[in-house]
Amino acid sequence: MHLKKDTAISIALVLPSIIAVGVFVYGFIVWSIRVSVSNWKGLLPNYEFIGLQNYIQLMQDPRFHIDVRNTVIFTVLFVGGCLIIGLGTAILLDQGLRGENFFRSLYLFPMAISFIVAGVVWRWLMNPAAGSRMSGLNLLFDNLGLDFLINRWYTTPYWGIAFIAIPAIWQMSGYTMALYLGGLRAVPDTLREAARVDGATELEIYRFIILPLLRPITLSALIILGHISLKVFDLIIAVAGKQVALDVPAIYMWTTTFDGYFFGRGAAIGILLLISVAVLIIPYLYFTLRAEAEV
Amino acid sequence: MKQQTNFFTARSWLYVPLVLLAIFYLVPMYIMLVTGFKSFAEVDLQTMWSLPSGLHFENFTAAWEQLQPNIINTLLMVVPAAIISSFLGSINGFVLARWKFPGADIIFPLLLFGMFIPYQSILIPLVEFMRTIYLYGGLPGLVLAHVIYGIPITTLTFRNYYATVPKELLEASRIDGAGILGVYWYILLPISIPAFVVVMIWQFTSAWNDFLFAVVLTNPENWPVTVALNNMAGSQIIAWNVQMAGSFLAAVPTLIVYIFLGRYFLRGLMSGALKG
Repeated sequence: MHLKKDTAISIALVLPSIIAVGVFVYGFIVWSIRVSVSNWKGLLPNYEFIGLQNYIQLMQDPRFHIDVRNTVIFTVLFVGGCLIIGLGTAILLDQGLRGENFFRSLYLFPMAISFIVAGVVWRWLMNPAAGSRMSGLNLLFDNLGLDFLINRWYTTPYWGIAFIAIPAIWQMSGYTMALYLGGLRAVPDTLREAARVDGATELEIYRFIILPLLRPITLSALIILGHISLKVFDLIIAVAGKQVALDVPAIYMWTTTFDGYFFGRGAAIGILLLISVAVLIIPYLYFTLRAEAEV
Repeated sequence: MKQQTNFFTARSWLYVPLVLLAIFYLVPMYIMLVTGFKSFAEVDLQTMWSLPSGLHFENFTAAWEQLQPNIINTLLMVVPAAIISSFLGSINGFVLARWKFPGADIIFPLLLFGMFIPYQSILIPLVEFMRTIYLYGGLPGLVLAHVIYGIPITTLTFRNYYATVPKELLEASRIDGAGILGVYWYILLPISIPAFVVVMIWQFTSAWNDFLFAVVLTNPENWPVTVALNNMAGSQIIAWNVQMAGSFLAAVPTLIVYIFLGRYFLRGLMSGALKG
């Protein structure tokens, strides 16, 4: 009877949020695209249209090449490290050992801490100073007689970005473990029992039954970690500040826009980041929501 | 189950990797606490791994003096952000879970995509817009940003929660003459507390830990603790021991939430992965 009225109220309730997201997400993306094709350099807005100039300049910009290279190295190590540690710990914790809850909570707690706090602490742990000023993990390795492990961490030429993956894995591997544990718990016991009855060893059960069942989880984790990796920003800032050697697109966007007032280029970097994230996320959303609708 | 032949013949060996990993996760905590509790006289990079002689609070006091205004800024920003976000999310989630209005199937994915965008792609318009509406530089603007960009995740969490409420419960109340608002207020809100806890913890943690919005939207006097801490770490004047103590202070609130409400925290994490 009051269905019509209910519909009207429903729309009125969600409308403010829909408009807010519409403006702050989609409206602002369009606005950013507009800035990215403008000649806006300096404090005052300048919307003079210059086509794809900002994008073309970025493609030829050595700093942007470093950014892309750093992002690729970081992504491979960070995502790979999280998946291996996450799956490994999830399988270990699925063996019904005593203290399982304790270890699970312990592995997950870095998720509650900000990238800034983690970065500041890891900055001192990965202190590259040598000789009498040696500290952090290098000092620990020295004291333990593990001198071969002493290194220059994030100041290593060319490969410095690889070491940023360590604190990033520290923060996100527990989350990956939680995703996998959820998947392992969903494998019906009857399936394992049936395989055992058929004479499969535990190793074979994992190899041929459980790991294939976890594939969708790996895909989810890959996409979520991958998009976090494309956006990595505050962790690098907290560990190493703004160094060109450790630059990534998110940092370049920030410094070129807010330190250098090169708004046109900043917007172009932002849009390129958005496109790279969208390539991962849109298919993910499409398939996840479709699967949900089928249930 | 008991007589199963486990391929790990000696199960106690499984503890070796578990303990090694536990050490990896605990090392930063160890360094923060050990350094924090040392006296100024004991602080030396050469002995950074050794335990303090007793419990001294000089480092924490010094860090607190530095960061106190910023921790207060963070609190003033996080509490309203978490409360407003969760109410908005609850209302949206309720409507999207129960009443399929035309176009809901298109709006929902568009809403969700907003959760994943790199904020660099909206940062310039955001700053310009905040300037135009005179919210640039202060905490209200930061609250607004967290609330709006939090709408997708809070809506999703509540929608998934309300989708589990039996339809019969809602049908019954409608036959009794309750309108949509009545159903929400009298039936759903009272049973929503778990979802509110999940969402509030999630928004509290992400706003507390945020750096990007804070650094571009606030003036130095309104800096939240993350920006101030990063600034402190970049300065040559403030000693590393005070930085460690400051890091610990900045991490304590979210750690406490994690320790006491970890289960709800985990649920928030999982809905972030679209697994309801």
